Amino acid sequence: MRRAYAQHLSVLKTALRRIFNPPLAGLLNILVIGIALSLPAGMYVLLQNAQGLVQQLSGTPQISVFLSMDAKADDIEKLRKQFTQHPAIDLVEFVPRDVALQQLKQSTGLADVIGGLEKNPLPDAFVIHPKPGNAETLDTLRVEIGNLPKVEQAQLDSAWAYKLEALLKFAGLAVLILASLLSLALIAITFNTIRLQILTQRDEIEVAKLIGASNSFIRRPFLYFGAIQGLLGGLAAYLIITVSLALLNQPLASLSQLYASPISLHSLSLGDSLSLLLFSLYLGWLGAWLSVARHLSQIEPG
Amino acid sequence: MISFNQVRKRYPGGHEALSNVSFDIAQGEMAFLTGHSGAGKSTLLKLVAAIERPNSGSVLVNNQNVGALKASALPFLRRNLGIIFQDHKLLFDRNVFDNVLLPLQICGFDHKESAKRVRAALDKVGLLKREKANPIALSGGEQQRLCIARAIVNRPLILLADEPTGNLDADYAQDIMAIFKSFHQVGVTLLISTHDAGVLQDTKVRVLNLKSGVLQTGPSNPNPAAARS
Repeated sequence: MRRAYAQHLSVLKTALRRIFNPPLAGLLNILVIGIALSLPAGMYVLLQNAQGLVQQLSGTPQISVFLSMDAKADDIEKLRKQFTQHPAIDLVEFVPRDVALQQLKQSTGLADVIGGLEKNPLPDAFVIHPKPGNAETLDTLRVEIGNLPKVEQAQLDSAWAYKLEALLKFAGLAVLILASLLSLALIAITFNTIRLQILTQRDEIEVAKLIGASNSFIRRPFLYFGAIQGLLGGLAAYLIITVSLALLNQPLASLSQLYASPISLHSLSLGDSLSLLLFSLYLGWLGAWLSVARHLSQIEPG
Repeated sequence: MISFNQVRKRYPGGHEALSNVSFDIAQGEMAFLTGHSGAGKSTLLKLVAAIERPNSGSVLVNNQNVGALKASALPFLRRNLGIIFQDHKLLFDRNVFDNVLLPLQICGFDHKESAKRVRAALDKVGLLKREKANPIALSGGEQQRLCIARAIVNRPLILLADEPTGNLDADYAQDIMAIFKSFHQVGVTLLISTHDAGVLQDTKVRVLNLKSGVLQTGPSNPNPAAARS
């Protein structure tokens, strides 16, 4: 066990030495991987911030429930009871038709026109604040309420919520595509670096095979190489994102003072950071593995 | 220990390097393989180490049919062999010590034991004082001896040497033959190819003489003058 550990440690050292030999080439490789990863990861962070911001600014959407004109007081009471007991509803407000008319008069400046009406044309209404949910659950709730007796119409006043959610979904998809493409790029970079490494190490591989090295022994330093290079690239991406957000946060602080609501960008969470590092390590390993599988068999002693 | 039975090896392109070669080398035996260059000596050694595979016939090494071994089993065959290559195959990106260390790293020896064995092997070939040198700084004879040290550090059962005295002057060649004899004395099986019959003059050992891929029967020790090319 200790022997195996010591062996892996020495392979690790060899891999590190090779990555930074020559130092500039190694650093450039890591920088390229870091930039490639920081693009999707950075966009992901901005998207998360946007989602948080929108939720903070909008609160939750509302459903306006208009009752039919013949709804009596006990119908209204019954509905109110139903609404307050409904698991998906957070808060219920009742707006009597007289109050609604008053509000309309005050807010629109149509007092004269409205005053000329023979009777109040407005129905009684509820304003319902649903518990937070996505567009789909909100719509289901709206339909459910619209089908209740004495309810004329239920309106979800969150067309904007739909649009925003669709927009964020779209942006999320774009980030996903970008992330997939750049992951492929990372695999390709590692593939090629390892190919060059194998060519440089050709003599050693050949001699090692001749004196009894197993394939896994020969493969190991290259896999370590890929994994470590990937990990360092992930670390570079993390640093790029953290520094960029810190730079963006300063002008944002003065901006948020103007809007009188504190806005600041959050960086990657601990979980996301770890995922980024592990993912980049895995991609580097995968690129190295593919390259080794492709190129090592071509070197046969003869 | 090494047993060839009706072995034929033809290279792509039609050149027949070995035809119908059969012989046995017992455990602890020391045998020389002679013949002109191009007679198939290197091919024969490559068949023993499974670097090449026979087209027909069987090659048994340590009772294993080498020609039929799976690729994954090859490393374990080769760990029992010490091979001294004609072109040395030394690694110039590391020093003398690390060159000899490589077979032990492959077998996974721990550091302390490895260092001991490497120094013992270097001592045996008289290179102990050069362990920090780069092999490129060594003379031809020293490089040859380094190659021997690397082949024996793992204490193989069988030692194969392809033209170990090929480019060396007579004194060096005698040194190296003396080293081989000392291995023979401790029970290692040796198969040594040479076109330089001069080294055989004072040895009473088995000689396998190849001529255009055919093993010659007859007197075991050929006339040195006739064998010299």
